[in-house]
This record gives sequence, structure tokens and C-alpha cells, in this order.
Amino acid sequence: MSERRITLAVNGQRHDITVPVRRSLADALRQDCGLTGTHLGCEHGVCGACTVLVDGRSARACLMLAVQAENLAITTVEGLAPDAAMLHPLQQAFANNHALQCGFCTPGMLTTLVELLAENPSPSAAEVRVAISGNLCRCTGYETIVAATLEAAAVMRGEAA
Amino acid sequence: MKAPAFEYHDPTTLAEAIALLCRLENARPLAGGQSLMPMLNMRFVQPDHVVDLNRIAELSGIRVLPDGALEIGAMTRQRDIERDARVAQACPLMVEALAQVGHRQTRNRGTIGGSLCHMDPAAELPLVCAAVDAVVRIAGPGGEREIPFAEFPLGYMTPAVGPDELLVGLHVPAAPKGQGHAFLEFARRHGDFAIVAVAVLLDPGPDGRVARASVALGGVGPAPLRLAEAEALLRGTAVEDDAIARALATTASLDPMEDALVPGWYRRHLAGVLLGRALGIARERMA
Amino acid sequence: MTRIVGRDVKRIEDPALLRGRGRFVDDIAPPGLLHVAFLRSPHAHAAILSVDCSAARAMPGVHAVLSYADIAPLLAEPRLRVALPSPAYRQTLDRPILAMDEVVHVGEPVAIVVATDRAIAEDAAALIEVEYDLLDPVADAVAALEPDAPRAHRTAPHNLLAEFTLAYGDVDAAFAAAPHVLRESLDQHRGGSHSMECRGCVAIPDAVEDRLTLWSSTQTPHVARRMLCDMLGLAEDRIRVATPDVGGGFGPKLVFYPEDAAVAVAARLLKCPVKWIEDRREHFVATTQERDQRWDVEIAFDDTGRILGVRGEVIHDHGAYTARGINVAYGAVSAMPLAYVVPAYAMRCRSAVTNKVPVTPVRGAGQPQGVFAMERLLDAAARKLGLDRAEIRRRNLVPGDAMPYATPLRTRGGMQVVLDSGDYPRCLQAALDRAEWDGFAARQAAARAQGRYLGIGLANYVEGTGRGPYEHVSVRIEASGRIFVATGAAAMGQSTHTMLAQIVAEQLGFDMANIEVVAGDTAAAPLGLGGFNSRQAVLAGTSAHVAALKVRERVLRVAATLLEAAEADLEIEGRAVQVKGVPAMRVTLAEVARAAAGLPGFSIPGGAGPGLAASEEVVIDPMSYANGSCVAEVEVDEATGAVTLRRISFVHDCGRALHPRIVDGQVLGGIAHGIGNALYEWMGYDEQAQPVTTTLAEYLLVTSTEMPAEISIGHIESPTPLNPLGIKGVGESGVIPVAAAIASAIEDALSPFNVHITRVPVMPQHLVAQISPEAVR
Repeated sequence: MSERRITLAVNGQRHDITVPVRRSLADALRQDCGLTGTHLGCEHGVCGACTVLVDGRSARACLMLAVQAENLAITTVEGLAPDAAMLHPLQQAFANNHALQCGFCTPGMLTTLVELLAENPSPSAAEVRVAISGNLCRCTGYETIVAATLEAAAVMRGEAA
Repeated sequence: MKAPAFEYHDPTTLAEAIALLCRLENARPLAGGQSLMPMLNMRFVQPDHVVDLNRIAELSGIRVLPDGALEIGAMTRQRDIERDARVAQACPLMVEALAQVGHRQTRNRGTIGGSLCHMDPAAELPLVCAAVDAVVRIAGPGGEREIPFAEFPLGYMTPAVGPDELLVGLHVPAAPKGQGHAFLEFARRHGDFAIVAVAVLLDPGPDGRVARASVALGGVGPAPLRLAEAEALLRGTAVEDDAIARALATTASLDPMEDALVPGWYRRHLAGVLLGRALGIARERMA
Repeated sequence: MTRIVGRDVKRIEDPALLRGRGRFVDDIAPPGLLHVAFLRSPHAHAAILSVDCSAARAMPGVHAVLSYADIAPLLAEPRLRVALPSPAYRQTLDRPILAMDEVVHVGEPVAIVVATDRAIAEDAAALIEVEYDLLDPVADAVAALEPDAPRAHRTAPHNLLAEFTLAYGDVDAAFAAAPHVLRESLDQHRGGSHSMECRGCVAIPDAVEDRLTLWSSTQTPHVARRMLCDMLGLAEDRIRVATPDVGGGFGPKLVFYPEDAAVAVAARLLKCPVKWIEDRREHFVATTQERDQRWDVEIAFDDTGRILGVRGEVIHDHGAYTARGINVAYGAVSAMPLAYVVPAYAMRCRSAVTNKVPVTPVRGAGQPQGVFAMERLLDAAARKLGLDRAEIRRRNLVPGDAMPYATPLRTRGGMQVVLDSGDYPRCLQAALDRAEWDGFAARQAAARAQGRYLGIGLANYVEGTGRGPYEHVSVRIEASGRIFVATGAAAMGQSTHTMLAQIVAEQLGFDMANIEVVAGDTAAAPLGLGGFNSRQAVLAGTSAHVAALKVRERVLRVAATLLEAAEADLEIEGRAVQVKGVPAMRVTLAEVARAAAGLPGFSIPGGAGPGLAASEEVVIDPMSYANGSCVAEVEVDEATGAVTLRRISFVHDCGRALHPRIVDGQVLGGIAHGIGNALYEWMGYDEQAQPVTTTLAEYLLVTSTEMPAEISIGHIESPTPLNPLGIKGVGESGVIPVAAAIASAIEDALSPFNVHITRVPVMPQHLVAQISPEAVR
């Protein structure tokens, strides 16, 4: 079976791993890098739970091979909070607004929305809805996620929440 | 739901990629992966070799030619095209369509060439290429060839790309001044493949009447369908309501695909509804 | 006044989940772990002639390939004996651990492959050669009951699984005397649960102690342990079933599955940890669903719109096996009349065996279908009489002053249904007010003048919540002063940990950070029923409350002795007990716990007996009935049939809310699920009982862009007298009335075309077929 030795740069850390070439980036992150925050909900690119940032752009980690991720900067949900004490403003807003219940879709929601807010610091509710339309959530009905995102955007703009 | 075993190749030049495709049996080129990867994970395809095109820099990028036309590399990401002001200028139809292609996460990785070669019958980008009379460039062991997009689909999900060839780019003519365009689709949810999609271009002549019309339907046939009869009926008109009605009447003879989820009659019905609306929008935009 | 209960305190689940540090079943990876793939039947119905695993076993990396013949000798019981008791059964169809000599639905597991990784296990599964002899499948529940229908199981005498009639009053006399009778034939479909996390389990054998731990993404760990013990022939103390973080349940994870048992057997056989994670395609063909019900129903009513009687027949798609019982069918039929005064009722229900995935409850558990049937009949009656649809409901709802209202209905456990509290007409009015029902006609007329079709619709529901008899909770303060709470309740995203911590913190210092909750672990709770039927806040919440009170009493008794103060003068604040208003006079919970643990030769301070712990299984047999009213406003594109949701107004009453924001979250999630059932989710099968929607691109879950522009939720709090906290369940409430309200709204929007909604989900082509019948050709 074909394997490759690769180096992944995840959340600013190097991971030297050997993977079967058929292994998806999501599986490599989970199994080889020990970063289990990236979740697999469908493995066919629809549910969005496995979304990570690749060079700052959101991508389905189930639709990339691990070997394709060499030399790219990967950010997973584990890399969003600045430190052990502080949450990223989006994470904090998710907690404030009950924007997660079981938490399984949450990592993909967060990474998707980090990209949105980097690109558009003042999104409308409708723009937030479109941004997360590729992320399925069965618990929340999405309303609280939209509210949390608008709150986080305000905080990140320096406005009071 | 894990991919079958294969050998992985990641050439950095087009020549290297073509050489690999010539040498290897049962090889599949991998572009953005937004269609091939799910098919691999579900084992709908089981190639012995995957030739990854993502490290071939020469295959991506957008260039504007002196006449305003676009040269788009096959590996250009859909999101990069969507956000490119030059594309908005030269081919607003494509930008309008791209907003409805999957989701941001899939457009960030998905490429235009991948979409054209996957050629889902309801996909937006092949429909745009059919409507704008794009010309595609295909490279093989003997060099490059160009064919009009009309000759690109050979059948259901079958592009005119041989096993040792690659789609390398496409030529998109610049929208003429005053062109009215519209792209509409009907899907159950935002970002889904369309059930039916319509692309319309109306080029005004010096008299303000339609000099050239392009009407294309997706989701109705095995590949994008140009409605030559409707186009002919629109030519020379000012797209008056009765001209639209005559064009719409041509959809009555469509014999669309049928599947477990959508009946054929409904696709035909939607084709008429969407075409009527798209012609109305394009008429407003024609100047 | 409470300080924690009833407040929007921070959820204790969130910090780990937000940082990607949750621990879901697929995150558990002990050293030496092997991975499983199942070979599943590609046929809806076939006899198995032979299974040849030799090529698969020879593949490098493969540790075991087991078919039924290989696994049977290791079992005390080869079938999953799960059916809840009922006299309604006409045959027993328990699932085998792996297919024996017949497969009866696409996706039924035939063999288990264990390998070094999942991809290799899948490679090997493809090499197993199974010789099938195809048999005629039963693809439709109604056709299944025809006398000449093929049998879904080749040796079965017929396809009737169960039959019962729920009836009271003289319904035939009521119909014979009624001035008006209307009839509806309804085809109702609900799909699957589609928790974002599929199922999965990790079995970890311990050779030293001859024990087995099964980590499972289940809603019912104690049931899973009992099943495993029965099948493996082991005593309960040999097996621990524990739930990690569970990525959503929504019903099907309350079922114990063949895969769980097969993985446990493989781990014991191979003496190493074995993991199986269900993938999404497996979820479509192997996890239970709700699917189809055919309702032929009639309503009798007088000239004022008062209901005189309701009767009819239901045919319920049971699927290929009994994986739970008849509760979906029973829940549907008993939910139908519940909100209204229905003097006479008779509903005959037959469950039909089909060659499809077994049917068990999905969020709502049949109740949405019963409500849909009732509300469709009321809309028809209102139309016949020219009455406002809200008015006909007002005239029939159980009035608030009738509470508690003893209905003639009985639960499937045989207990009388007594609506314990609530004011249904007031709840309806609140929803109508929120929706601006009275002003809608003008809005609708204005839109129609512009060629736009707006509609409004409504539905009421009453939901049986808090199914008893009990849930176990223990509360213990250990020597460090930390408070440990353990329960048989299972968490799958509904904030169970927070809920229990709130209730316990309210009595023991108000510091939720000092509380650790273990839910869904048979090692931590001796008894448990688990998470289903909107029950855990009611049953586990009550046990937690009573246990916390007992521990509190003991804490105060010991502390009073230590502080030489009267118990009545003490309060527990944070991690200490203090004299009220005198924080200097205090003793920490740790000190109290140490004192209560006792010293050799000394008596325990306060004479309260050793330790600071209490266990409770408060028994509450009667269910508490929650209720609500939903108003939906839609716009329909009459050309495409597209339905856009403009507004959902939802007012509900779940008694006292322990955490209003979490309650809202439950309702919102239920509404989204209800929208899916109303418009999108369809688990399709063809005539050969082959599933045609097996990806999330084909089976449509609601996304953010399909949600209504506005959702407005209101609460009425009618505390139930059935438990000390006054709480009713809420987990399923949101889903129940939504499809009925949306159907009513669509019909209203398209009234110029006389569109009649008799099936869900409502697909755009169904609407166009009624609006423009000439298009169908």
C-alpha cells in the first residue's frame, strides 16, 4: 500500500507523519495529528462538519488528501482560541448565544465563520445565513448561530456586544 | 466510507502530468476534488492512479486578452473567478452563476476545469460555457487542441477529453457592449445542484433589437442544451412579451430527464418558467 | 426565588466543545485499536445461499472476518430481543446479530470485518463473496397488507406485525347522528434522524478482569448493557456501557443495534479494542427511521364546528424488523385527539412489515403525524362551515378551567391519560397575537394584488412528556468538597449536564463549577432508562432535586454541629457553609465532608450517619402533558411551487423552564426539524425497496437559508403538579405542530387554485401538479 512521509503545518505546529496516500486530510488530522476537533459527518462534502482553513480559506477536510496539504497552513478548531484562558470572539459568542447544543457541527461552523468575518467584518444576517448554508446543524435551527456571529462581528469591530 | 487504494502522483508541470497519463493505466486526474473525492470516498470510482493537478502552477490564473476576452486556466479556483473584477467585467453571467455553485467551502477548492470535466447535467459552469460559446483548450501527448464548447460534451457526464489528455483552459469571449444577461436556477436549497438552470444572453444590435440571442438550459438534457429555435425567434425582436411567449413555447417539446426525485414534466415546466423570468431580467439589462 | 434554576446560566458543556476538545466516540483511540467495516446486503429481500470470506481473510491487515455462522457459537442469544410488551403483536421479528439465511432490507449487516484501519476493512469487505437468491420485496406498507402480497420474511404467514384499535365513546352513533362528516386520506412521511454524528462504538476488553467496556454513541446505555449481557451470556458486572459526548440522537440512538453486539463479540474474540464508526451512507440504510403512514380518517361535527367524533384507519410502515415496539404507531394515534374535546374516537392501526430499515421513534415519535391528521380535519371542517380556522379550534380545545382533565385515553402502559395542567386556548391566542393573525387577511389581499401568494396556517399540539417510571441520580460530596452527580440519564446535546448541575447547585452552594456530572455510564449509575420521550429533565431532574435536598439536609446537620449553630441559621454559599450573613463563621464543604466521613472511634457530628451522599429514583408514573400552538406564514411561488417561510410564531407551555435559553434552543431545533418534515426530508425507496436517497445531497436537511425570516417564540408556564419542580419535557415539542401548520398555510396561500394538501413532505412538483395540471404530461 502506498504511503508517504509528509509534514503538515497545523495551527502553527509541525506534524511529521507517515500516511497512506489515500487518507483524507480530515482522517490525518484526527488519527495522525491527534487533533480530533475536526469532525466527520458525511465524508461526501455536504455536511461541513470537517471544515478547516487551508491558507486561511475554508475547505472540506474530507475532500482533500492529507498528502495534498503539504506546504499549506492548516487551521483547525483547536487553533482558534488565542490561549487556554481566552476564547476566540466567535467561540465566546457561540457560548453566549447557545449557538451549540451537541457541538458536533460546531468546529466546522466556527472555521467557516472565521473566514467570513475576516473577509466581511460587518455581515448582514442574510450574509451569515449564506455563509453557513454549507454547514448542517440538526440541533439549533441555526438562529442562534446567526445571532452569535453578528455579536462576534460587533466585538471584533471593537463595538460593545 | 474511505477511498480505495491508489498510487498518488503530484506532477509540477503540464508536460509531466500528460506523460503520467500516457504511461499509467486507469489513472484519474484530480483537480479541486469537490466531485472526485466524494466519488472516491463512496468508491463509485476506483482508479489505480490519481494524478493531482494542484501543484501545476501553469494551469491556474486569469488573463485578459487585448480584445477583452478571458483566458482562464483550468485549475483556477471557482472562488477566485467569482471574486475577480475582470471576470465581472468580461463575463458577468459567470459571476452570477458562481454565487450558486455549491458553497464557499467548495468554491474555495473547486476549479472551473474540474466542474467542466465532471459535467454534471445540472452544473452551472458548463451551462455558462455553453451560453457564452467558450472555447476549451485540451492538451495531450501531441500538443494542444482547441474546440468550441458545443463540441465538448460527448454525452452524460462525458467530456471530450481522452484518457491521456487534460483540459488546460478556456477562452471566454468578452460580453459585447450592451449585452443583457441572466442566470437563474431552481434548486430546493441554496447551493444544491439545480433542478433546472437557465442562462440567457441578449446582444443588442445598432437598432436596439436583439442581434444575437443565447439561450441555454441545464438540468434538462444529459448536458447543457442550447435552444436554437428560441434563439432564432428572439433575434430581431425587442424582446416584447409576445416574443418571449413565442420563445417559451419552444420548451413545450423538451423531453427532460426523469429520476426518482424529480419527474420529467416538472423539469420541462420549470424550464419554461425560468426562461420567461430570465428573458425578462436580461431584457431589462440590455442597453 | 431561585438563583440558578430558571436562569440562563453558562452551559458546562460548552468550553470543551468550543475548543474542539470534546470526546466523541470516534475520538476514543486506545492503543492497539482495530477498525470495523460491515458487509451489508445490497438487496431488499434475498435468501443467503453461501458466504465465502476466504479472500477477505487473506488480505494483509485483516484480523477477522465473521459471518453469522462464525459468530453464532460465541453467543448465548443470537437475536436482539427488544420489543416492548404489547398484546397488539401478531408476530415476533427480532433482529439477528448478523443475517442468518435471509436478508430483509438493503443495508442489513451480513458480515463484520476487523482490520488495522477502516479503509483496509472496507477493501476486505468488498472481497467477501455472498451468493444470494433474490426474493420478491415488499416496498410499500399499504400494499404489504394485501392478501396476495409477497411476504417480507419468506417464512412469515403474513406481513401484519401488529394491530390495535384505540377507541372510546360510541363513535358510530356519533357519526350516524352528525350533521356534517368529512373524510381525508393522508400520506405522511417522516425521514430519519440524521444526527450530525452517526452511530458508533468502541469495545475495549480487559483480559485481567474479564470485563468489557463498550463506549457507544447511544441514548440508552443501561438497555445496551442488558442486551449485551443477554446476548453474550455475561453477568452485568462484566460489562460497562458508557457514553462519551454524543453528537445528537433524535431518537434512533435509543435503539440497541446488531452492530454494537457484533463489535463487542469481535473485541472479546480478538482480545483487543475494536471500533466501528457508522458512515453517513450506512446511516441511511442501517439506522432506524420513521417513514410512511397512510391515514384514512373522518371527522363528524355539528353546525357550530364542535367535534362529535373522529374515526379512521392507519397503516404504519414498520420496516423489516421490530427494533423497538409499536410506539411510533401508538404515539401517532394517541396524539391525534389530545388537544381537543373529542367525545368519541376510534382509530384502528395496523403495522405492516416491509423490506426496509426498521422504524422506531425519531424526534416527535409519531405525534407529528397524529397532530397533522387532526389539524387537516379541522381545516377541512372550518372550510365547510365558513369558519375562521382559529375559531373552530377555540371551540374545541380542552378549556383551561377543565384542568386537570381526565381523558378517556390510555397510554400503551395502560395508564389513564390525564392532562395535568395548561391553558390551551390562551396558548393559541398568544400564538395568534404574535403572528398578527387578525391582520393577515389584509396583508394577504395586498400581496395578491401584486400577484404574490401569501398564506397563514396554524396547529395545536399536546405532547406526553416525561415517560416514567424513574431515572436514577446520585449526588455525593467528596472529601475535596467537590460535588459529584451521576445519572442513568444520557446526554446527546440537550444540556443534560447543565440541567442537573443547575438543580444540584441550587441546593448545594450555587457554584456550578464545583459540580461534576457523569451521565450515561453504567459504571456510575446502577440503574437507568436513558434519553427519549422528552423525559430527562422531568425524571432525572426530579431525582436530582430530591437527592440534592437530602444531601443538603445532611450537610447542614453536620455543619451545625461543627459551627455550634442552629441548622436554620446556616446557608450553603459557594464551597462552604456559613452562618447567614456572617461569612466569617464558616466551614468548608470539604471540612464537612471529612467530618461526615467519620473518624475511627468518634461519632459522626450531628448524628446524621456517615457520608454526604444520596441516591434517588423518584417514581413518576403519569406523564406530564406539555402543549403549544404554532402559526406559520408562507409565500408560495405559484409558478415553481417553491414555498418560502416568512414567519413562524410558536407559543408553548412546558411548565417551569429550568433554563429558558436552552428551552428556546430545543424548540428552535424542533422547528427546523419540523420544517424538514414539512417540505424537504424524504427517505425514498423504489419499487424494489432500494433506497434512492442515500447521500445528504439527495436527502435534504434544512440549512440556514431555508429557515424562516422570522421565528418568534413565546412561553406560558403552567407548572405541572406531578413533580416538585413543576417541569414538563420540551425536547420534542418544536417538531410536532410544524408540518401541520405549514400545510395549512400553503393551502391558504393557494386557495385561489383550490390546492389541497394531503401529503408531507410537500414537494414543489406536488403543488404545481395541482396549480397547473396541464403541465403534467
